[in-house]
Amino acid sequence: MVDHSELQVPGYEIPPEMQGQVVITTLDRIYNWGRRSSLWPMMFGLACCAIEMIAVQAPRFDLARFGMEVMRPSPRQSDVMIVAGTVTKKMVPAVVRLYNQMPEPKYVVAMGACASSGGPFKAGYNVVAGIDKFIPVDVYIPGCPPTPEALIYGMMKLQEKIDKQSIRQVRWYQKGPDSVQIPVPILGPDLIDPRRAEELKRIAAAQAQTQEG
Amino acid sequence: MATVTAPALDLAARFPQAVRPDTRPGYSGWIVEKDHLLEVATALRDEFGYDLLSSVTGVDYYPDTMEVVYHAYKTTGGPGIVFKVQVPRQDPIEVPSVTPIWAGAEFQEREAWDLLGIRFVGHPDLRRILTWEGFAGHPLRKDWKEPFYEEEAKPYKSRWPDGKFFYAEEKNPFKDNLKFPPDFNPEDWTPDKADALLYASLARYLKSDDELKTDRVIINLGPQHPSTHGVFRAVAVLDGETVVALKPVVGYLHRNHEKIGERNTFLQNMPFTDRLDYFNSMSNNWAYALAVEKLMGIQVPERAEYLRVIMAELSRIQNHLILIGMLLNDLGAYFTPSLYAFEERELILDIFEAASGSRMMCNYHRFGGVVRDIPPEALQKLKGLVYDRLPRKVDEFDRLLTENEILVSRLKGVGKLSAEDAIRYSITGPVLRACGVPYDVRRAEPYGIYDRFDFDVAVRYNGDVYDWYLIRLDEIRQSLRILDQAIRQMPEGPVMSTKPQYQVRVPPGEAYGRIEAPKGELGFYVVSNGKPNPWRYHVRAPSFVNITALEKMCVGNKIADFVVILGAIDIVLGELDR
Repeated sequence: MVDHSELQVPGYEIPPEMQGQVVITTLDRIYNWGRRSSLWPMMFGLACCAIEMIAVQAPRFDLARFGMEVMRPSPRQSDVMIVAGTVTKKMVPAVVRLYNQMPEPKYVVAMGACASSGGPFKAGYNVVAGIDKFIPVDVYIPGCPPTPEALIYGMMKLQEKIDKQSIRQVRWYQKGPDSVQIPVPILGPDLIDPRRAEELKRIAAAQAQTQEG
Repeated sequence: MATVTAPALDLAARFPQAVRPDTRPGYSGWIVEKDHLLEVATALRDEFGYDLLSSVTGVDYYPDTMEVVYHAYKTTGGPGIVFKVQVPRQDPIEVPSVTPIWAGAEFQEREAWDLLGIRFVGHPDLRRILTWEGFAGHPLRKDWKEPFYEEEAKPYKSRWPDGKFFYAEEKNPFKDNLKFPPDFNPEDWTPDKADALLYASLARYLKSDDELKTDRVIINLGPQHPSTHGVFRAVAVLDGETVVALKPVVGYLHRNHEKIGERNTFLQNMPFTDRLDYFNSMSNNWAYALAVEKLMGIQVPERAEYLRVIMAELSRIQNHLILIGMLLNDLGAYFTPSLYAFEERELILDIFEAASGSRMMCNYHRFGGVVRDIPPEALQKLKGLVYDRLPRKVDEFDRLLTENEILVSRLKGVGKLSAEDAIRYSITGPVLRACGVPYDVRRAEPYGIYDRFDFDVAVRYNGDVYDWYLIRLDEIRQSLRILDQAIRQMPEGPVMSTKPQYQVRVPPGEAYGRIEAPKGELGFYVVSNGKPNPWRYHVRAPSFVNITALEKMCVGNKIADFVVILGAIDIVLGELDR
């Protein structure tokens, strides 16, 4: 948490007539303070965890206390993608496309066992064993589904992560492309990750050889 | 309660050439010759009154036979009939489609084609449904192995008794949950293959036959769309704003319950049923427990029966409240009504948590009872809810919403479905009852102890979305009546008839357990071969079967009404895609 009294005492002598009227702080801190206090999640639910995500928005847990109640249906307007539920092979192209459509700065929270690792469904033929195989994840929240308290704690961890970022190093102010674009997986006989196309081809060829031999 | 029993139906006498009784030990019903299937099915519907086809599924009796299993019921109530078609297990496996007789078989037959590779001859639109076009193989066949295949059945030798830990990825050549045909080359693959057949099936609607030269457009809703209640996708052909054709595309949450379920032991499947309809884990548990208890032939103690009823009715109440809240969301009353609904839901979840230890994934039922008794404090809370708070809140919902002008004008006359169509499409649950068919499994074929309670089967007659909404309020009130009686009558006593055990002994045979889940008829078809794992574990999910009629409901309405209709059918993707 940002200590607000600290915000007003930057270590400079402030003339008495200005005290209480100006705030002096570092750019990083005010920038991060703004971002962390209005994290807009994408309205995006995949499975069971999405229900707990809605419960967190609901009266008892009230995520609005953290400035996160504005669920945006469009990825273009959202800051954080809560991957709430099992990611299937059929769905993962859409998830990656949504991630690509989000503007920087963007964060990903893997909510629940399925999004983190495949969870109870990992053995399934249509299940992606963790969304981190495709998009970078900032916070993992364990649980099946995580309780609302756990989700709130995970979001607070994300706030802590934001607090530690510096405007000088963040990737969206560096030279080069604005945003990380991840190649969208393709549905073939199984899920094809374009980044691994060469490797898949090589292993499939090796398999064919061992079958012949 | 005395029930009139109809004389047992002797199909073999009616069709001596085509039907013979299924005499395998533990099995029941009839085996129909493939060539006479349509004839027998027509007679069953028209002569014998089995108008509601509940479930169609396949079983792979590797290595010889492939079997298609049909469960049909009468909407006037009473026990159902099960009949099967056996075909040799050699491609092409072909069975006539029963869609001309029961339109509700359409998606279930597509599922059987997708997962088992049974080709239904005469099916109007036989495409893959849960996986995608181009997927290699039919996953529920016994000789099809998933990429993370380790052994046929749990407990795996690597984990028990010694427990040697390894990552599933290590044993897979692709180091991931992947499996490609040998010599597969990703560069030769055309990426649009998955949707080509879908758009081809819509092409005939694109030509407009009126004199004005207007274009019809195809629009895609989902799989990520704020109003589709999850990862549901629909592709609609529009004439202006009016829906001309609409195809649901599902499978975006296909989590392979059935394949995983065949590897699991019987008891290990219980927590997986929680994750089907994740609003109503208590009801799902019950349906599965019912099916396995039928196979095992065990009884449930009195107190456990009452606890089951209490939990199931509570989950019905919270399901319907959420549905109403979310329906208003879809209408544009953004969030406020659903906040009201979630407030009540939390109070009900408190009781679930106190009894089972978990808010959502309760895993509460066991074969022969429930896992633990309800604590006295939770019972006290429950009484407060049932006798005081919930009746007031239902009235409040009623007062705030029912007469609301916007709600009425958006819902009245939308999505209209006749009783005949609803039955033809195998629709069950509140939607069927709102079309004027008083069919409720709790009355039609009482399970548990529902024959002891005094309640009305809620029924409405217009079959539009407004009635679908009203019937939810009616059902909440009826559930409160049942809860009132259940709490008063509940005796003291044990909650398990057997001693808690990790491994249950299930004799060979088949069983179909079905309950009136909040969304419709939820059935589990379980086949055991005497081993610790089910040979076949099939879920007849109400959401999945109910959306068979989605196109019928939407055609002629505006595209904005599609969202409302979909919301009011009450689908949940965990159960729809399984």
